[in-house]
Amino acid sequence: MLGFSLRSLWNRRFVASLTVLAISLSVALILGVERLRDGARDSFANSASGIDLIVAPRGNSVQILMATVFGVGSTGTGMTWESFEWLEDRPEVAWAIPIQMGDNHRGYPVIGTDGSYFEHFRHSGGQPLSLAAGAFFTGDGADAAVVGAEVAARFGYAPGDVIVNAHGSGEVSFDVHDDAPFTISGVLAPTGAAVDRMVFVTLEGFDIIHAQADAPLSDPLDPAAMPADDHDGHDAHGDHEVTEAGHGHEPDQINAVYVGLIDRTNVLGLQRAVNERPSDALSAVLPAVALAELWGIAGTAERAMRLMAWAVALAGMIGMVVMLSATLDTRRREFAILRSVGATPTRIFALIVTEAAVLTAAGLILGLILLTVATFVTDPILSARFGMRLGFDVFGARELGTLFVIFCAGLLASLIPAIRVYRMTLADGLSVRL
Amino acid sequence: MHPLRIERLVYRWPGAARNTLEIGALSLASGESLFLFGPSGCGKSTLLSAIAGVVEVPKGAIRVADQDVGAVHGGARDRFRVDHIGMIFQVFNLIPWLSATENVLLPCTYSRHRRVRAGDNPEGTARRLLSELDLSDPSLASKPANELSVGQQQRVAAARALIGKPDLILADEPTSALDEAAKAAFVDLLTRECAEAGTALLFVSHDRSLERQFDRSVDFRDLNRSAA
Repeated sequence: MLGFSLRSLWNRRFVASLTVLAISLSVALILGVERLRDGARDSFANSASGIDLIVAPRGNSVQILMATVFGVGSTGTGMTWESFEWLEDRPEVAWAIPIQMGDNHRGYPVIGTDGSYFEHFRHSGGQPLSLAAGAFFTGDGADAAVVGAEVAARFGYAPGDVIVNAHGSGEVSFDVHDDAPFTISGVLAPTGAAVDRMVFVTLEGFDIIHAQADAPLSDPLDPAAMPADDHDGHDAHGDHEVTEAGHGHEPDQINAVYVGLIDRTNVLGLQRAVNERPSDALSAVLPAVALAELWGIAGTAERAMRLMAWAVALAGMIGMVVMLSATLDTRRREFAILRSVGATPTRIFALIVTEAAVLTAAGLILGLILLTVATFVTDPILSARFGMRLGFDVFGARELGTLFVIFCAGLLASLIPAIRVYRMTLADGLSVRL
Repeated sequence: MHPLRIERLVYRWPGAARNTLEIGALSLASGESLFLFGPSGCGKSTLLSAIAGVVEVPKGAIRVADQDVGAVHGGARDRFRVDHIGMIFQVFNLIPWLSATENVLLPCTYSRHRRVRAGDNPEGTARRLLSELDLSDPSLASKPANELSVGQQQRVAAARALIGKPDLILADEPTSALDEAAKAAFVDLLTRECAEAGTALLFVSHDRSLERQFDRSVDFRDLNRSAA
């Protein structure tokens, strides 16, 4: 029966292959949309772990999250160092990491911070950052830089290399700080999170490049561009041992603070305290809440994409029904011959359903191949641009479920022509007249 | 055992005003060939449909291989048909995208009975039948059926009807698309093969020039009282 169906389909291979192509595209699209969504969610969820609160100049919580954790966009105007110290001294705060932003290294975001970042930052469900080579910010001064795994891999960086950053966050930059180079002290091990795409420099180094800029930078949207003219601590950076307690260099303004609490249940209290602090207009963002908010925004687009994917699947199914139905009239003779040699109407019914099953199964397989190829091609791009990975993992239960649903839909759709054939063969009998 | 025995068959198409078939008696012995002639539209094809069990016939009227066709129903009738009857139609006998050999083997795929009787090697039997019907060229046997000439197609159909030695072959004007020389040759081959296999042949045609090649010939109008 299967062999016979295959031969019959082979006889109509052009139309059959178009049908298979239509189904496979819909399969690839449906699974692709799901994977993209999962990949995005995973990479976002993995990128920030263990941070209880992100404090930044007052602004939209999603924007703050995107800017600080993912290096996409920027926060509002800078917050003062006093506010950072106030936060750090709060009794419920276990640790606080200062963050400066606004520069890029060949398109990758540059983060100014201190050694506590590497100590407290967690990704992918609680894993600490580790080094693939070199060291974190060591005592060797303000020009130390730690690069993420992907940055290092893309440009072939190793500890000891000298890099130059540029102002702004775009990939094309005219304002290159080539007078303030950094020396790479360490390369991070791959994390699969946003840190892979980041370059970390010391707070002091971050300030130097802006202090040395001749003219005040006039980008009002970019807090890091604020001329930092009060750098009285610079001449003493020989003893800048970075420890958690003392932040060596104290910049005037920073862009955000990652906060870890001793007891997480105090998070709402601290959030309120931050929001009500009169001297500085600040926002305290709960990463999980901001993420949920982000998904709320993205949800509409996701639903639209999913709807599209299923619409394509529906079109593929209709195409198959059209193909099977359109050939029925020319195949009447064929069915009559089959009946004359002993095929029952039920067998002929089964023949049509088998053909549909073969088409759908071929569509599923081709769809998976298409998806794998597409993943293979786009994964490096997505991971470079957005730090997200689609992954080539074996299909999860949900994907298998989706495939099963499509397969059943194919069989169900084939009942339309199959029932017609059943009736037709009963009515036609063995007459071969047309 | 009679391959075919008809007694007091009355058949009327559903909704028809009068009976299409009223046949007193007709029977065929094993290996016997019968030429049944008559003008178009006199009910010859209806008789073949009735024998093949495609239309509902009253019980006890038609026996094929001593089994009452009217008593078998549904899918069992399809299986019964292929077990005992080989059929040859006027034109378009073959599945166009199967090769000649595969077309010949079709009854063996649907009937265990025919497969068993086709011998240990049905494919060999199919090839032998094809070569006996002057289709010995191997390139012909493997060609898709729609690339064969009409005469070749009819011979492939004959081989298919013959494989597995059914009790009865029903041939419904199989020569109407052939030219004079091919007609005679075809009938000659068919009757010879049927006689060798011990298969009874009921050959229906309006072309009386073929009459002499059969054991017996009957005018359908004499047989079917309703046609009178």
